[in-house]
This record gives sequence, C-alpha cells and structure tokens, in this order.
Amino acid sequence: MMARQMTGAKMVVQALKDQGVDTVFGYPGGAVLPIYDEVFLQNDIRHILVRHEQGAVHAAEGYARSTGKPGVVLVTSGPGATNAVTGLTDALLDSIPLVVLTGQVPTFMIGTDGFQEADTVGITRPCTKHNWLVSDTDNLADTLHQAFHVATTGRPGPVLVDIPKDVQFANGTYVAPKTASNRRYKPQLKADIQVVTKLAEAMEKAEKPVFYTGGGVINSGPAATQLLRELVQATNFPVTSTLMGLGAYPASGKNWIGMLGMHGLYEANLAMHDCDLMINIGARFDDRITGRLDAFSPGSTKAHIDIDPSSVNKVIQVDIPVIGDVAHVLEDLLRIWKSRGRKTNKAAVGKWWDQIEDWKSVNCLDYKPSSKTIKPQYALQRLQELTKNHDRYITTEVGQHQMWAAQYLHFEDPNRFMTSGGLGTMGYGFPASIGVQLAHPEALVINVAGEASWLMNMQEMGTAMQYRAPVKQFIMNNERLGMVRQWQELLHGERYSHTWSESLPDFVKLAEAFGAKGIICKDPADLDDAIMEMITHDGPVIFDCLVEKHENCFPMIPSGKPHNEMLMGDASTKGVIDAGGSVLV
Amino acid sequence: MSVLNIEKGSTSHSAYQLRDPNADITERHTLAVLVDNEAGVLARVIGLFAGRGYNIESLTVSEIDHESHRSRITVVTSGTPAVINQIKAQLGRIVPVHEVHDLTVEGPSVERELALFKVAGTGDKRVEALRLADIFRANVVDSTLESFVFETTGTSEKIDAFADLLRPLGLIEVARTGVAALSRGQK
Repeated sequence: MMARQMTGAKMVVQALKDQGVDTVFGYPGGAVLPIYDEVFLQNDIRHILVRHEQGAVHAAEGYARSTGKPGVVLVTSGPGATNAVTGLTDALLDSIPLVVLTGQVPTFMIGTDGFQEADTVGITRPCTKHNWLVSDTDNLADTLHQAFHVATTGRPGPVLVDIPKDVQFANGTYVAPKTASNRRYKPQLKADIQVVTKLAEAMEKAEKPVFYTGGGVINSGPAATQLLRELVQATNFPVTSTLMGLGAYPASGKNWIGMLGMHGLYEANLAMHDCDLMINIGARFDDRITGRLDAFSPGSTKAHIDIDPSSVNKVIQVDIPVIGDVAHVLEDLLRIWKSRGRKTNKAAVGKWWDQIEDWKSVNCLDYKPSSKTIKPQYALQRLQELTKNHDRYITTEVGQHQMWAAQYLHFEDPNRFMTSGGLGTMGYGFPASIGVQLAHPEALVINVAGEASWLMNMQEMGTAMQYRAPVKQFIMNNERLGMVRQWQELLHGERYSHTWSESLPDFVKLAEAFGAKGIICKDPADLDDAIMEMITHDGPVIFDCLVEKHENCFPMIPSGKPHNEMLMGDASTKGVIDAGGSVLV
Repeated sequence: MSVLNIEKGSTSHSAYQLRDPNADITERHTLAVLVDNEAGVLARVIGLFAGRGYNIESLTVSEIDHESHRSRITVVTSGTPAVINQIKAQLGRIVPVHEVHDLTVEGPSVERELALFKVAGTGDKRVEALRLADIFRANVVDSTLESFVFETTGTSEKIDAFADLLRPLGLIEVARTGVAALSRGQK
C-alpha cells in the first residue's frame, strides 16, 4: 500500500482497521475529540460506550480472553487514563493482550499542569508491558502497529499509546502494518531441544508425575490446548490447573484431578506435594499455588515451560527450565517422546493413580446441605447442571464466589472462564461479561458475582442495556465480604471489621430502574425455576440469589502452610493459623 | 482430617520472604545493558530496580551510537545469585532493551570511574594534596591560590582511597561519574 497523508486522528482509526479490530471500548473526552470525530465518520469499527473507564478496560479484557484477540480501549487524558490503571494492572498480571489508547494534552502544554493533564506514560510504565508517548504524527501509525505487535507477541500483556491532541490534528504519513518498522521484539518461541529431551527422559522414568498447567496454555492458543490434551492422553499422567488455566484440559477428561492451590482440591494439592516429577506448563508458581515455599513439593524434580525467562526460577528453583512458547515446546516434547518409544513407567503410574483415587474418595468439596437456605455451593451446582449444555461463558468477580465457581463449575474448553487471577480485582466480572457477550452475541454469558464486588462496577448496567448485551448477573448475596470475613474468622479473632454489606439496594428494583429484569431467590426449592427464568430471558438479568451468610470456602491451605496441611469443610478451624501465617495475605 | 497442630512460635514463612538473605552470599555484579535511547528508557530500568526492591550501587548511562540511538547503561548491583539472575531476566524483558551482559561472570572485564575532587587549603596541606595527586596520577584541572580541582580515573576502590586521603587535607566537594565497564579481550 502506498504511504498516505492523513491526520493523526484518522490514522488511529485506519490502524485499528488494518489490525483487524472490530470493537473498541471507550469513553470520550476533550483530549480524544479528534479521534471520536473519526470514529463517528465510519462504520467498520463498533465503539462501545462504557460508563466508567475501568469498565472499558475490563470489558476489553473479557473480549480478549474469550476471543484470543487483543482488546482495544480508547479513553481521554488525565482521569480517563488514571481510571484505566486498575484494568491495565489486572491485564499485566494475568497476561492479557490489550491496546489502550489515551488522549493527552497538546505537546506544547505537556508539563504545564494543563487541564486534565497527567503523566500517563509515567503512571502506567510499571503497569503496562510497554507504553509510548507519540510526539510526532509521522511516527503515530508505526507506533500503533508496534503496540499491537508487542501486546500480542511473546507473553501477552497490556500496552498503552498516549496521543497528544495536536498530534491527532496534524497531518502525517500513514504506514500499513507490513511496512511498519521495528520487528526487533521477537521472544524465543522454540526451546532448546536438549532441555526438551531431558524433560522427555524425566517423563519416561517418573513414578508419580503431575502436569501443573496454567494460563500460558490458553494464551499460547488453540494448538497448545490440543497438544496438551494429546500429551495427557498419551502419557496417562494426571493433570491439575491453576485458576487461570481452567478449561485447557476438559473437566470431564479422565486425567483431570481438579484445580490446585489455596482453595484447590485435596487430590490436586496432595498430588503436587507428593509427586516425583512436576511439569509446570505455562504457570508461574504464584503464592496462591505454592503455599509455604520451603515445604512446596519437597521431593519432586521440577520442570517449567514458560515463554518468559523471568518467570523461571523466580520463586521456585527448577531442575528443567524450558524457555519457549507452550505450543512449540509441547510439539517438540511429543515428537521427541514418541520417537524415543512412547515410554512411561506404567506400573508405577498405575499405583500413583490408585493413590490419587484414594485422595479423591475424601470428597473434599462436600458441604452440609440445607433445605432452608441456599448454600452457595448448591447454587453453583444447580447453575452448572442447568447451563452445562449451553454455549456458555463464565466471568466472576473476586472472593469466595470466585473460588466456588472454579470448584463447582466445569470447563470443557479454553477461553470460557474469565476471572481476575493475579490482581484479584473486585469489579472485574460485570464489565468483563459485557465484553465477552459483545464478542459472542449468541452465547450464554454469566457473571458469577458477590454483591459487594458487583456493586463496584454496577454503573455498567447502562452499557449492557444500551448495547442489548443479555448478560446474566448471578449475584450470590451473603450481605458480607465473604472471603475477608472468612479470614477475619480464621485469623483475626472473629472481629468482623467492616465486612458486612450495609444499605444494599433492592436488586430487583435496581434492575428494573435500568429497564432490565430482576429475579430474587431465597428458597432452595425455587432455585431451579429461577435459574431457568434467568437463562431464558432475552436480555440482561440481575439475579439476587440470597445465600447462606456465614459459609466458608473449603478446602483451604491456610497461609504459611504446605500443601499437605489443608483445612477441610468439616474441620474445626479455630486457631489453626498461627501468627506467622496471619502476616500473609 | 484432624485439626492441624501448629507449634507455637514457629518461624513465619511469609510469601514475600522469597529470598532468605542469609541463605546465600550477596555478590556484587556489574551489568551492561544496551538499550534504544528512547524517551523513558532510563525510567523503565530504574523503575524496575525500585519496584522490585533491587539495589543500585552505581549507574551510568550515555548514548554510545548516535546513528542507531543506542545507549549503554552500566549498573552495579548486589544480591544473591538467584536475585542477580532475576534482575537480568527482568531487564531482558523490557521491550527497548537489546542486550544484557553480566560483566562479572562473562569473563575478565575492566571497570573505571572518573572523579573530580575540590580541595581547599593553604600551606603544608596544599602541598601534601598536590603530592598525593601526583601519586594517584590525578590531573589538576582548576587551580586558585587556595584550592585545587583534581581529576582522576580508576577503579571505585582507588577513588575511595584517594578521597580518604584528601579528606583531612581540605576536601570540600566530590563528583563521581559512576562505573563504566567493558569486557577484556577482542570479543
């Protein structure tokens, strides 16, 4: 394509089109007016007007995670940019590709404390993978293409391009993506074959192996998921996953042993603790996973497949570091392992499975049922049962409901479960559900929420209504900040400091005030009908599910404890966490 | 599952105490970081050290190739081997960073620092300062009847030693550039 002259504002829209963007989440303001003019003058890119910039970023995250494409955000300078910071940090910690475009005061005003001026690149430097301040229209198109390249290459992440208003007005030369400069950023995709061979050798000998998979499998793309499933089937090794990796291996798969970690399954955590070969695929030994570091899986050989060298040996020293993209590594690993004769220690692995079945029989997700109040676990079991055959996407907020959703809902495919893992952002789920729904208009999109988290971004009801996004807000209302309350019970002498939800709205009336449907349910006997009513309603629904107020989320590895010292639902929990544990989060 | 028995007063194991400072010996490493000289690149490098709690003992930066706008940042840092490895990996992750070299482990290297010392005084002290400057092969770059400014180049240790000797002789101001370093040999 010939280089063309156009304004900076037009370049932004042209670059988005050339990058294949179909949806932008944004909020206008003074410093992005020229770009909004160009948005107005075209029909190829759909602009979704959110009600708060944080909502725009989370919606873009939901869009990105459910499609595998980068999410795009357009906001103004100053408060527009600072409101985006939480979403940027969330996307950085969960490795979600985002391109966030911010307006900026004109270049000649930068540094004068102008109206709605903020040092956006300074503020967002530590919460983006990379960011740019564009000071010349001639560099704008090139920078935008670089931004997409960096956001989606290697370990994905959010990037930000700050565009002063005079740069938007001025004319410059547009370059197409192909002719854009700087393709220097090229993380290594293929791993060292010798190291992969070493891993294959370890797999042949392993007596108690476990695959510990994470969000990196999903980020690597559909090929990685396919290869993982093939590898698991071929080796018959058990597979567990982090919160971020759920769905990469199907929950109905016969080698699935459930999620691991602080609220992971008994069998998964004990398998991690007792294994002799741990194969970490695209996970990062987060503190929610490892528990007490010096007691983490003490007897195992550890392999770690990760595209980001800084993730390897960061908290856990591993024996077999494999730096590369999950799909590329698994392809090589399978090929090498097959060419060496597809060997595993079948007898030992069989015994290992007997042990795991034994742990499974503990039935760690058991809870005391009730015919009077809706137990949150029961609500999710019914939700699972009644929605499992739908084309279903789940988002969550943060807290107990999030962990219960991970435990009781089952994910058969990747990109179906969107949750704030690393940052733990309350208020993530609702806007994320809108982003998912807009990417998948025919699908059933449910945000499993707590009432407190949900209120943090409830203004997005306006967005859901305006764009007819029929998102279902399944609020498990215990009138408490349940997870914090649980910690206060276990760690802070049952002093429930500010963890109840006072002055809650009438959620049915709130829904109706926005023109949506509201449903309230408090009797377990009515639950199925109410859920069906929610699913079949063609439009946004706020479902106020009044659940047991003091239910705790189990199993739980208390802070400062190793994997083999889990608390179970029926255990006495008083005083089990010592002073050392209480300093942890 | 029975109730857990936790020993009272057992050591805490904070998730944040990832590196036991006593578990390994702290080492001093000199890193050379080659970067694109673009806006904010130094802030990215410094922000990484500040944000993740790494030490900076010395830092120098200058554009070394004006055509390709390449800068060289020399950082002297300290930490356990695991921390040093993590610092290098984190630096390598920054988009405008081209290369990270650990001059301390990649073979022999030379390190130099330039320093300016202002010494004020008269009589014997002034004569002694000049004599020491000669011993340390420092140049006099400014002189008045009651002061000298000496310029010297050398390892940080040599500069420390010179400063220590000048202090009783009327040392009133010091400026140091920080360490610049290169690997030895033809590579």
